[in-house]
Amino acid sequence: MRFIFKTDYEQDLRLFRHGGQKFWYGVLGALLLAAPWWAGDYVMTQLHFVLIYSIVGFGLMLLTGFTGQISLGHAAFLAVGAYTEALLQAQGMPFVVSITSAALLSAAVGIIVGLPALRLKGIYLAIATLAFNVIVEEITARWHSLTGGNEGMLVKAVRVMGYALETDAQFYYLCLALTVICALACINLLRSPTGRAFIAIRDSEISASCMGVNLAKYKTMAFAISAALTGVGGALYAHKVGFISPEQFGLFQSIELITIVILGGVGFLHGAVLGAAFIIVLPQLISIAKGWLPEGTAPSGLQAVVFGLVLILFIIFEPLGLYGRWLKIRAWFELFPFYRKGMFRRQKSYMKSERLR
Amino acid sequence: MAGAFCRIGPGRAVLVDLLQLLVAGVSLGCVYALVALGFVLIYKATETVNFAQGDLMMLGAFFALTSSVMLGWPYWATILFAAAVMAAVGMLTERLVLRPVLGHPAFTVVMITIGVGYVVRGIVTMVPGWGTETYQIPTPFVEDVWRLGGVVLPVQQLTVIGMTAMLCAGLYLFFRFSTLGVAMQATSQNQLAAYYMGIPVRRVNMMIWGLSAAVAAFAGILLAPVTFIHSNMGFIGLKAFPAAVVGGFGSVPGAILGGLIIGVVEALAGYYLPEGFKDVAAYVVVLVVLLAWPSGIFGETGRKKV
Amino acid sequence: MSFFRVEHLGIRFGGVVAVDDVSFEVRRGECYTIIGPNGAGKTTIFNLIGLIYPATSGRILFEERELTGMAPHRVAELGIARTFQNIELFEHATVLQNLLIGRHRHRRSSLWQELVFTPAVRRAELAAREAVEKVIDFLELAKVRDSLVAGLPYGVRKVVELGRALATEPRLLLLDEPSSGLNPEETDDMAFWIEDIKRHLGVTVLMVEHDMNLVSRVSDRVLALNLGQPIAEGAPAEVQAHPAVIEAYLGKAA
Repeated sequence: MRFIFKTDYEQDLRLFRHGGQKFWYGVLGALLLAAPWWAGDYVMTQLHFVLIYSIVGFGLMLLTGFTGQISLGHAAFLAVGAYTEALLQAQGMPFVVSITSAALLSAAVGIIVGLPALRLKGIYLAIATLAFNVIVEEITARWHSLTGGNEGMLVKAVRVMGYALETDAQFYYLCLALTVICALACINLLRSPTGRAFIAIRDSEISASCMGVNLAKYKTMAFAISAALTGVGGALYAHKVGFISPEQFGLFQSIELITIVILGGVGFLHGAVLGAAFIIVLPQLISIAKGWLPEGTAPSGLQAVVFGLVLILFIIFEPLGLYGRWLKIRAWFELFPFYRKGMFRRQKSYMKSERLR
Repeated sequence: MAGAFCRIGPGRAVLVDLLQLLVAGVSLGCVYALVALGFVLIYKATETVNFAQGDLMMLGAFFALTSSVMLGWPYWATILFAAAVMAAVGMLTERLVLRPVLGHPAFTVVMITIGVGYVVRGIVTMVPGWGTETYQIPTPFVEDVWRLGGVVLPVQQLTVIGMTAMLCAGLYLFFRFSTLGVAMQATSQNQLAAYYMGIPVRRVNMMIWGLSAAVAAFAGILLAPVTFIHSNMGFIGLKAFPAAVVGGFGSVPGAILGGLIIGVVEALAGYYLPEGFKDVAAYVVVLVVLLAWPSGIFGETGRKKV
Repeated sequence: MSFFRVEHLGIRFGGVVAVDDVSFEVRRGECYTIIGPNGAGKTTIFNLIGLIYPATSGRILFEERELTGMAPHRVAELGIARTFQNIELFEHATVLQNLLIGRHRHRRSSLWQELVFTPAVRRAELAAREAVEKVIDFLELAKVRDSLVAGLPYGVRKVVELGRALATEPRLLLLDEPSSGLNPEETDDMAFWIEDIKRHLGVTVLMVEHDMNLVSRVSDRVLALNLGQPIAEGAPAEVQAHPAVIEAYLGKAA
């Protein structure tokens, strides 16, 4: 059993709670830094995607998991980031400029979405973001001169300061660096007044405003930051896939993103990373499972069935997501042998109308 | 009306076109309205938004297809069969998937219905004999037309409108006057209080899901002649969302009104506006409506009493 | 200059007049209580002061500054804090986080500083933590500091709600039925705390209450309301003995 004896307020502010955490994160860091050596090409590609989706996951987690604003249209911000990056790069802009512009433009679009969304709650907000996503997809498809329409756009490799990042390893380090920066930014935000304001808005808007939280300002800020992070992810995504087209940023992508948040664990930043990893690994497992299907059944449906089942089973049996499961496992080890079964049991609640809020 | 627009030539042609467009729009709008009605029924009882409604509709159409083409039953029998089977499917879904998450926040329940939608779509694709092909059901009067003074109205569209109207009237009366209907409204507003009042909440929820799925089956069969039956047919359900939201979730007349608005706007957009606007028309309408009415036209959001 | 006063305040919801021409003044440093049977409009007055509802008539003045038309968060920034009748805590956060959110009006950092977590932000966080720890000591919440609010018993939540309001360092504290749902010991504690808040922290308290013992113990002046209208005002004992008040609570003699 581990006892953490606190003697200083600083301890609660620190990134790592105790030496053991520092050690394990150090090991993880070393593994990640050494990845180009131990991981084959295939694993490297998956790692690229995991990192990219983690960044997007952070953005969506911040908005939905921490501020309570449901977004079913986040792929629209991904599209804004991807196309901005592609277009600016085609103009010859340096990477630093193009990715910053992608982030800022996405943030601006986030504000455009966030402002009217201030009055919308729950399902209305979800449908409004969904509608926004569809409209952006359609605009991307129709604006032929800018985006190449449905024929899509080719995206070349990243050029940082004139030096092209051609190899997998170089791109990997770029993604890793950006993921770490975004993670730190989110962690910092969550241990400051702004992060607490977000949580307050999620839990009770009325009392948040009575405590001095300017609802309009913070909700819009949440949208902007979330969109900016997603835009950065979108820019990296564009380089990774090399070819972007409007249909990649439709409703299915948005649902995948929100699934990352749910499977990972709503309300935990780690959940974004775990969810991203799971979503990337899942199709590989499904491909393997396709070999076991009986004759005559079309394998294409299996992906949808497994995806749906995973979502359903997680929500029913593990509402805290992958990170929640990890917390329970860790608690079991930490408290051994005093772990009690009911420790993480949800307070049984009856459905109360959310129409009065 | 004929007196007011009594010009022969382009003006009258425009009017005739407009009228036909309107009827087509209203007819399509009725299908949207039926799907939206399915949403609203579930929402009224359990405050859950069922993202799988479109896919349930698709499944209902497939059951109708099976009984009609593969078993050779007459049209009316296939409608009843599909509705009955889907009612059972709806109740089963509620029992297996929704009941365990009773009390969870609305957002997670929405996600679970999205999962249900994926599963339904996937299973339909995997069933041998259904798969990813497109099918047709032989429908009576799909070729007939009525002519009213130069206006050509397909009987198919008029049937859709008529059947929708009857179904809606029936449901309105049900919710207004029957005990079960009032009980369903009670459970959606405060479950714990409904329990205390002796309402068998879980059974009521199950029945509402069955009812909603049956309505979806109905919508699927009415839609089949227009979009044909295939595993992605449920995406129409996505258009029905704007319909339900425009009218205000939780309002039966709102769902109808919303569906009709969306249907008519789409028909007009497809004719008068350039390519591509037709697909997004529904979504633009929903954004515009939400700007003015954050809870839809007839939606009910009160202020929490503190 | 008056500290806090309300002039001819009124609100109607459609045809229902919830608050009808209520005027009163709260002096600095006193504890002023509003009593009245249920439905008298007491909580509605609090909601009007906190600008959750806009009043249909009258004005509210805090240190001669009119509050009409302000956003609710601006009211908090001026130094007015409140508790809620049916607890409105942040359920999925710890007690400490709830109290720290109470410090929101004292924050000075910008978004960019927070993203980077500059030393200034760190210092501000530590200062906030110290201020909140004082409140925790005062209300004896140390044991539940790191517990999620969702799992706490009702009595403790009421105290956390009081703590959150105190964490804002208010000048005027609005307490909405602080003792409802509390057993006699907890009510006793609440009485001590309100007296301490008044005397040692120098906070002016405006309270809505039903428990007459608590009212007599801590209040300096009392206002009785019935059906949205004021019926008596004065020292606790006088108001409790006032015939109109007795009639409002107990009804007319047969």
